[in-house]
Amino acid sequence: MSPPQVHSVERTSGQGGKVRVVASLGDRFFEWLTRGFALLVLLTLGGILLSLVVTSAPSIKAFGLPFLWSDDWDPVRDQYGALIPVYGTLVSSLVALLIAVPVSFGIAIFLTEMSPNWLKRPLGTAIELLAAIPSIIYGMWGLFSFAPVFSKTFQPFLISTLGQLPFVGPLFQGPPLGIGMLTAGIILAIMVIPFISSVMRDVFELVPAVLKESAYGLGATTWEVVWKVVLPYTRAGVMGGVMLGLGRALGETMAVTFVIGNAQHLNVSLLAPGNSIASSLANEFAEAVGDLYTSALIELGLLLFIITTIVLALAKLMLLRLGRREGMKS
Amino acid sequence: MSHSSSPNLSLTSPEVRIAIRNLNFYYGRYHALKNISMDIQTNKVTAFIGPSGCGKSTLLRTFNRLHELYPLNRTTGQILLDGKDVLDRREDPTLLRARVGMVFQKPTPFPMSIYENIAFGVRLYEKLSTPEMDARVQWALTKAALWNEVKDKLKQSGNGLSGGQQQRLCIARCIAIKPEVILLDEPCSALDPISTAHIEELVHDLKSDYTVVMVTHNMQQAARVSDYTAYMYLGELIEFDETDRIFTKPNQKATEDYITGKFG
Repeated sequence: MSPPQVHSVERTSGQGGKVRVVASLGDRFFEWLTRGFALLVLLTLGGILLSLVVTSAPSIKAFGLPFLWSDDWDPVRDQYGALIPVYGTLVSSLVALLIAVPVSFGIAIFLTEMSPNWLKRPLGTAIELLAAIPSIIYGMWGLFSFAPVFSKTFQPFLISTLGQLPFVGPLFQGPPLGIGMLTAGIILAIMVIPFISSVMRDVFELVPAVLKESAYGLGATTWEVVWKVVLPYTRAGVMGGVMLGLGRALGETMAVTFVIGNAQHLNVSLLAPGNSIASSLANEFAEAVGDLYTSALIELGLLLFIITTIVLALAKLMLLRLGRREGMKS
Repeated sequence: MSHSSSPNLSLTSPEVRIAIRNLNFYYGRYHALKNISMDIQTNKVTAFIGPSGCGKSTLLRTFNRLHELYPLNRTTGQILLDGKDVLDRREDPTLLRARVGMVFQKPTPFPMSIYENIAFGVRLYEKLSTPEMDARVQWALTKAALWNEVKDKLKQSGNGLSGGQQQRLCIARCIAIKPEVILLDEPCSALDPISTAHIEELVHDLKSDYTVVMVTHNMQQAARVSDYTAYMYLGELIEFDETDRIFTKPNQKATEDYITGKFG
């Protein structure tokens, strides 16, 4: 607050013009205005958190902590537990990241290191257009086009190959229904690829050419340059891109609701239908009768909020620790 | 015009490491190097001088085919390293770059520890045991006159060093893979005078083992450290001779004008 005032005093005394006083008033006003806008963000965040806590209070009181690990979700008996939607949210997002991160990495590397110049713009634009498709379109496409093909071709293949293996086998067993956790994960992957890959591309482009040239100058191949120099150099940005994608995947509602199957059963197999927090809310809110039911759904929303916060915090922590291990970094 | 330099090709050469023959360089349609021919002597320091944009860095970057990273770049002619054309497309550029190392204008430590900065390049070509690698890292850092300053912090990031130290780290990284030729592209342009003196001293020491080619925009530097000097202007090699000659009685008026500061 005080530095601008000092400035304005200096200026008014130095040049002695009335205009300066008016300008400094305008400056002060602008400062307060921007500060107000910034505070608005905090207020909104606090307000949302508060209203979530208040409205989910009945459910919190009724079920307590066991709400987190109970898989009982029965509106008829008014018994609610969050395990299935939380599990579904985390697993479908994890599947999405497992697919989207390597693909996005490949896209970004191709666009920055290998693509001929004439292809860069059209390809980049096409990827950004993917991000502009409304999520309900993804959901409909997933349910009506992707799932039937998936259940006839890829799923039987998975069941007969990976499904037979020890350890990972149980993840790929059961009937090929088309819809389910894996389908939701794949659709989510397609949806977050544009975000992750464009962030990755942007940060890869920030790597100084001379840094890459020095690695090439030592005789490194493109792969070695990317893996050993570009990626470590852009680690923070890449992580940011992945987290942006994860944030979107965790909260994605419409597309997931279409393809996840909306079944309140806990199933190890990724091919089985499940449920996510966001799709539970979308499906059940309209028909939620009774205060406890509504309150339980809102508590699910609160959980989603907390999960997203934890994920972001973990990412920050991870970056801090990586930075510390590297020693000083300019 | 570049033919004026051709008498130098018959310089009584003890040994020619790099022989450039009729080299032309095009960036898209722009003709950046015009019919350059010159011989670079083994275990000597050769300096390229000339005003900005004259093509001296471009010429240097053809020696290790670094220009190939950018698709619009094209060359004709030959660069013979020990008699073999390095521009031959069938040859693997990474093997060439193991023989012809390069240090750049700005220090470019990789985002990893000091030790790993050195080991990175070595691992591309050799499989060394840990003690062997330790020895190699120490050898390279000693050779680059940096060992005493960093031996207690090999695990720390190379970014924490001063600019001069970073540049010596880059030189160490370059010699760690035991090249025959070292290319220095204005290695001191981002450094203070003391660091510059360190690097110049180092260049002087390096020539007993390596052939050094350096680009510099600093004529005093060329006079101090090089044995041969090439003056380039607008993509042409105007004059190439022993440094003493270039700086005392150059053949070409253009060279003299540049050296004496009348132009450039």
